[in-house]
Amino acid sequence: MVQKTITSPIKAVKTDDKQDAYIKAFRWMLLARISEEKYASLYRGGKIFGGVFVGKGQEALSVSLGVALRKGDVFAPLIRDQAARLAFGETLLDATRTYLGSRLGPMRGRDGNVHRGRPLDGYLPMISHLGAMIPAVSGVLFARKLQGTTGTVGATCIGDGGTSTGAFHEGLNLAAVEKLPLVLVVANNQYAYSTPTSKQFVCADLVDKAIGYGVAGHSVDGTNLASCLQVVGNAVEQARQGHGPQLVVASILRLAGHGEHDDAHYIDEKLKQSSIGQDCLKLAENFLLEQAWANSSDIELWRNDAMQQIEEAVAIAQREPAPDPDAEDWCALATRHLSDGFIE
Amino acid sequence: MSITYLEAIREAQAKALADDPRVYIYGQDVGDFGGAFKATKNLAKEFPGRVIDAPISEDAIIGSAIGAAIEGMRPIIEMQYADFSTAGFNQIVNHAATLHWRTQVPCPITIRLPSGGTAGSGPFHSQSMEALYATYPGLIVMTPATVEDAYSMLLEAVAIDDPVIFCEHKYLYYHLKAEALPTEAMPTGKARIARAGRDVTIVAYSAMVHEALAMAEELATEGTEVEVVDLRSIKPLDTDTVLASVARTGRLLAVGEAWPWGGVTAEVVARVASEGLALLDAPPMRLNAKDTPVPFHPNLWGTHRPTARSIAAAVRKLLSY
Repeated sequence: MVQKTITSPIKAVKTDDKQDAYIKAFRWMLLARISEEKYASLYRGGKIFGGVFVGKGQEALSVSLGVALRKGDVFAPLIRDQAARLAFGETLLDATRTYLGSRLGPMRGRDGNVHRGRPLDGYLPMISHLGAMIPAVSGVLFARKLQGTTGTVGATCIGDGGTSTGAFHEGLNLAAVEKLPLVLVVANNQYAYSTPTSKQFVCADLVDKAIGYGVAGHSVDGTNLASCLQVVGNAVEQARQGHGPQLVVASILRLAGHGEHDDAHYIDEKLKQSSIGQDCLKLAENFLLEQAWANSSDIELWRNDAMQQIEEAVAIAQREPAPDPDAEDWCALATRHLSDGFIE
Repeated sequence: MSITYLEAIREAQAKALADDPRVYIYGQDVGDFGGAFKATKNLAKEFPGRVIDAPISEDAIIGSAIGAAIEGMRPIIEMQYADFSTAGFNQIVNHAATLHWRTQVPCPITIRLPSGGTAGSGPFHSQSMEALYATYPGLIVMTPATVEDAYSMLLEAVAIDDPVIFCEHKYLYYHLKAEALPTEAMPTGKARIARAGRDVTIVAYSAMVHEALAMAEELATEGTEVEVVDLRSIKPLDTDTVLASVARTGRLLAVGEAWPWGGVTAEVVARVASEGLALLDAPPMRLNAKDTPVPFHPNLWGTHRPTARSIAAAVRKLLSY
């Protein structure tokens, strides 16, 4: 079956580039937030197998990476990157089919929720082991270097907890050694599941790690969409121009549980009241109104459009067949004839 | 002219690089230095920019190969020792091995593991990791025992669209010689009758094939004819050839250099027991290394692993039933 493409929410109606870019980003954020609210609601209704992991509070940072990437770039998002995924070109239907386990989705029921991608489109599906995608994206870039391809970048995302892994260290170091056009975005949302940053690292600021790897480091207030667009956009451009790996560290607060199963009771009340505890989507909406780049009825229209898109995607995916164990091809190899006789 | 097992591995890599522009070699010290064992000797010079030194980062080395494979390359990765592949284990078993199943995009990478024991190498430079990888779906595990197989199977590994764990035995690197490189090859997935015999079947792979053959020579002088089956690859494992041999001899001894819990020998015995119990005239036996880390001192190492002598003792016991 040919995949149905959900209509893009982006309609360029403004003339000012900065304003136009901001509105585009805002609408991806809105679509990400509203679609994830729908997934969470389906999860609570028992309609989704496995978990739901939302990016609430991280959309400004995430979307800024998605809009800075182009066709031909490679991207391996992490769990809270619905906004970046959509902006990079993933259809809402791909995302929804994966959450609902449709046989027609890109993962065909073999993997679920945030573990989705289309590698041949430069969109790599994450494995759960944190840091593992950094070497993989670096490998795509390494291959392009060997092939003499220039002008494309690779990007991947990680959290504060993921910076403690060996793969983070090895991957970023390898990218630095080979001077690869890698953009590594760290969302420091103050908690790795329930573990606060005080039990994760003791450096003054994660961006200081850039010095140790000999790569460029950038800090950004992850609640501020304009800042994120500027800083992340610049980091992507620096990588594209051949200035080697770029480490971006954003300060935010996770405004949800690790997954929908988690009530996040452990999050410090003081952090919630602090500046990083602000909702980036709400701040962006306020900014739009203050600048008179949109009025409340525009925003209401965009919100309704996003709700309609997710409802359409869910309606399609829910009608589709689930994976059929009897029709499933139980062969893990591409080279079928070398299977070890366990296929039934 | 003669060629060693190690030289065959070098020649196979040279041919792969010459034949296919998508091939490159990545690993620690593989560049101008030519590798810890010289398996890539002169290749950096012959193929500029395609034989590349990596940082000591097994996870990133394998992870980068996965990305490169997605991008259409066919990387050959040298782990300096099989033992060190545990530091890249996650990328191999959770990333490379799952990619095709999850996405239908193949992951053609060849991971060379200098495997197995040599005297004086100790606990961390001697391990036989093949069973560990074979248990994961999505990987092919080759265990060549001859110069010819080292050459032709490595070329096949590079051509295969799946991740291949290529277990090359360090003990065979210099000990084993052939007159020339092969011009034709048995396909992967087919075991080989290394020696025909009517009394007992020894199933072995890699360096243990040669211990079994040496033992077979010795027992032949006593009038016992041992059949030696060389598995060549342990995943896929050629159960048909093993069963056909057991049908001829009625007796099975599976020999492996790896540790005794589970593993290849247990798999062989399990398959014969479940699919060919009626063929057996005696209980199927296994012989493995001792259940300790691999010792350093030659006296200890020589006893830790199965040898022609310990295999002969096991065969005599098997024949007593």
